[in-house]
Amino acid sequence: MKKVNLLLATLSLCGATLAGAQSLSLADDGVKLGVLTDMSGVYSEMTGPGSVKAAQMAADDFMKSHKEFTGKVSVVGVDHNNKADVASNKAAEMIDRQHVDVLLDIPTSSAALAASEVGKNKKIPVIIVSGGTTALTNEKCNKYTFHYAYDNYMLANGTGTTVTKKGGNSWYIIYPNYAFGQDLNRQMTAAITENGGKIVGSDATPFPNTDFSSYLLKVQAAKPKIFGTMQAGNDLVNVVKQYNEFGLKKQGIGLSTGLLGEQEISSLGQDAFAGAIATVPWFWNLDARSRVWALQYKKLYGKLPTYMQAGVYSASMTYLNAVSRARSDSGEAVVKALEGYKFSDFFARNAMVRPQDHRVILDVYTVQVKPKSAAKEEQDYFQRLQTIPAAKAFTPLTESKCKM
Amino acid sequence: MTIQFLLIQVFNGLVNGAFYALLSLGLAVIFGMLRIVNFAHGALYMLGAFTAFALGQLLHLGFWPSLIIAPVIVGVVGMLIERGLLKRLYGLDASYNLLLTFGLTLLTQDLVKQVMLSKFAVSSAPYTPPDSLSGVVNLGFTMFPKYRLFVIGLALVICLITWFVIEKTRVGAIIRASTENPGVTRAFGIDVSKWVTGVFGVGVGLAGLAGVMAAPIYSVDPYMGAELIITTFAVVVIGGLGSIMGSIITGFAVGVLAAIGAALYPPIANTLVFILMAIVLLVRPSGLFGLPEGTR
Repeated sequence: MKKVNLLLATLSLCGATLAGAQSLSLADDGVKLGVLTDMSGVYSEMTGPGSVKAAQMAADDFMKSHKEFTGKVSVVGVDHNNKADVASNKAAEMIDRQHVDVLLDIPTSSAALAASEVGKNKKIPVIIVSGGTTALTNEKCNKYTFHYAYDNYMLANGTGTTVTKKGGNSWYIIYPNYAFGQDLNRQMTAAITENGGKIVGSDATPFPNTDFSSYLLKVQAAKPKIFGTMQAGNDLVNVVKQYNEFGLKKQGIGLSTGLLGEQEISSLGQDAFAGAIATVPWFWNLDARSRVWALQYKKLYGKLPTYMQAGVYSASMTYLNAVSRARSDSGEAVVKALEGYKFSDFFARNAMVRPQDHRVILDVYTVQVKPKSAAKEEQDYFQRLQTIPAAKAFTPLTESKCKM
Repeated sequence: MTIQFLLIQVFNGLVNGAFYALLSLGLAVIFGMLRIVNFAHGALYMLGAFTAFALGQLLHLGFWPSLIIAPVIVGVVGMLIERGLLKRLYGLDASYNLLLTFGLTLLTQDLVKQVMLSKFAVSSAPYTPPDSLSGVVNLGFTMFPKYRLFVIGLALVICLITWFVIEKTRVGAIIRASTENPGVTRAFGIDVSKWVTGVFGVGVGLAGLAGVMAAPIYSVDPYMGAELIITTFAVVVIGGLGSIMGSIITGFAVGVLAAIGAALYPPIANTLVFILMAIVLLVRPSGLFGLPEGTR
C-alpha cells in the first residue's frame, strides 16, 4: 500500500508539473458529478445511495491526489424512480440548474437511454454504469454517451459460451417479456447455438411476476441440462426460490442466470444460488487490489459495495482523470480525452474506451456461486471460473450498429 | 398436450387457486356484510407474510406458531381499522371506502418497506417452509413440492370451515341476517355493529393467513399483495360478490385455468383472468354465483 501511495504521489507530482504548462479551466470553478439513480425502488440497493457514496469517495480520493482540484469536486445524487420521463426531466434539471458536468450510474435501460439523449443535446458526458441495454453503444450511441462496467451482450456471451463449452449444451430459457429480457434472451440464444448448444424450449414470462411454477414444471418435463433464467432483481429471487422448491437442481438441471448481482444472493441466501453460473465485471474479493478498495468502502459506508457501485467509483475516477488531462471540464474536451484512453484500475482491468462506439471494454469474469460451506468470509459468493479478456467480452466492432 | 401435462398444471393451478380462494372469500364476507370493497386486502395479505417473517426474526418463532399468531395479529389490525376509520364512512358513498382502503394500502406498503430496510436491511426476504414440509413428493405423474400440497389442503379446509360456519350455524345465521337486512336484524335485538367489527377482523385474518402461507413460496416483499389483489378482484367479479361458495369455487377454478393458460400460451398468463371476467360480465353481470341486485 505504501508503494502505491508513493507511486500516486509521484504521479500527481508529474501531473502538477504538467499542469504548470497549461492552466486549468473549469466552468463555475468546479467539477460536479451528477449521480442519476434509483434512490428507493427495486434497484436502490445495488445502486442508489451506495452509488452516490462511491462517487463521493472517488471525488475525495481524486482531490487528495490532485491538489489543484482541492475543494473543487462535488457530487449530487438524484432519484429517477426508474422512469424514463422522470430521468429525462431530472437529467435536464441537473445540467441546467445544478450545473453538473457529467451524469453517472443510471440503472434501468429506458431511463439510461432517456438521460443519454439529454446529455447529447446539452453536450454533457453521460457515463452509464448500471443500465444494461446494448442499444447505448449501438443504434442509440452518441458522442457524449459512454457505457461502463457491463452490458447484455457481455452477460449473455460470457455465461452462454462458458456454460455450453463446459458441457451444458441443452438449455431451457425463460425471460421476462420486455426490452431487457427479450434482448438478453436473443443474445444468450446466439451464444449457446454458436457454441454447439441447443435450446430445447423457451418461454416469455409476464413482468413483473411472482409465480413461475407453470414454467418450472415445463422445464422439469423437458429435462434440459441447464435452466437459464433471464429474470433480474426480485423476479430472479422468486424464480430461484421456486427452482429449489421444485427440486430441479436435485434432478440434475443446472442453473444459469442473466444478470446476477450480490443483492439477490444476499436476499435469498447463498445456498439457494449455489452452483449457479453468471458473468460479472467485478466482485469485491476478486483479488487483493479489489479487496483493499472494497474494505475501504465498507469502512466508510458500512456495507460491501456491489459491482455497480464499484463501477460508479471507477467511472467517476476515469472521468475526473480525463478532466485533469484535458485541463477543462467542457463536454467536448473531456470526450476527446476519454476516447481511446487505455487504463487499469482496481475495477476495470486492461480497459479501454473504444472511440468508435464509446463502449468501455474491460476484462470480465464468469463465476459460479459457492455453497455457504465453502465461503470463507462474509459475502464470499463467487468462485471465478474464467477471465474473459476485454477484447472478447463485448460486442465486436464489426457487429456494432453505432454511427456516431 | 398429454393428460399428464394437463394433470401437472391442474395441480399447480390449485396452489394459486388456494390463495385466490382465501383472499376472495375474505373479500366476499366483508362485502356481503359491510358493503365495503376492501382495497387494503392485498396489503393485509402482505402484512401477514411480513408478520410471520418478523416473528421469526425477532422472537425466533417458526412457521407453525406464526401460522396461527400472524393471522390473529392481522385480524386485530383489521378490527382497529374498522373501528377507527371505516366506521366513520358508513353513511357516505362507497367511493370513500375505496379511497380510504387504497390509501391504507400505500401506507402499509411503505411502512413495511421502511421497517424491512431499517430494521432487517433487506428489501425482500426469504422465508423457508418447516423441515417437515420441505422437499418434493413423487405424485406418480410428477415431482411436486410437499409444501404446495399442504397449501392446497389447508386452504380447502379453511374455506370449507368458513362456508360451514356461515351457512350452517347460528353465528352464520346472524351474519347472514345482518347482511340481508341490518335494520330488521337490529330489531331482533342483535348488535349488528359488533358483529360487523368481528366479521371484518375474520375476513382480514383470512388474508393474513394466506400471506403466511404464501411466505415460503414467494419472497416476503412489501409489494407482494399489490399484484395479487387485482387478480383477486377479478375472481370476485367472476364468482359474484357476496357469495361464499361462489368465491371458493371460482378461486380454485381461476387458478387452474390460469395455470393451464400460462403453460399453453405464456403471453396470456396475466390477461386470461381478465378475459374471463369480461366474458362473465357480458353474459352474467352479477357473476357466476351472484344473484342480480334486484332479487336481494
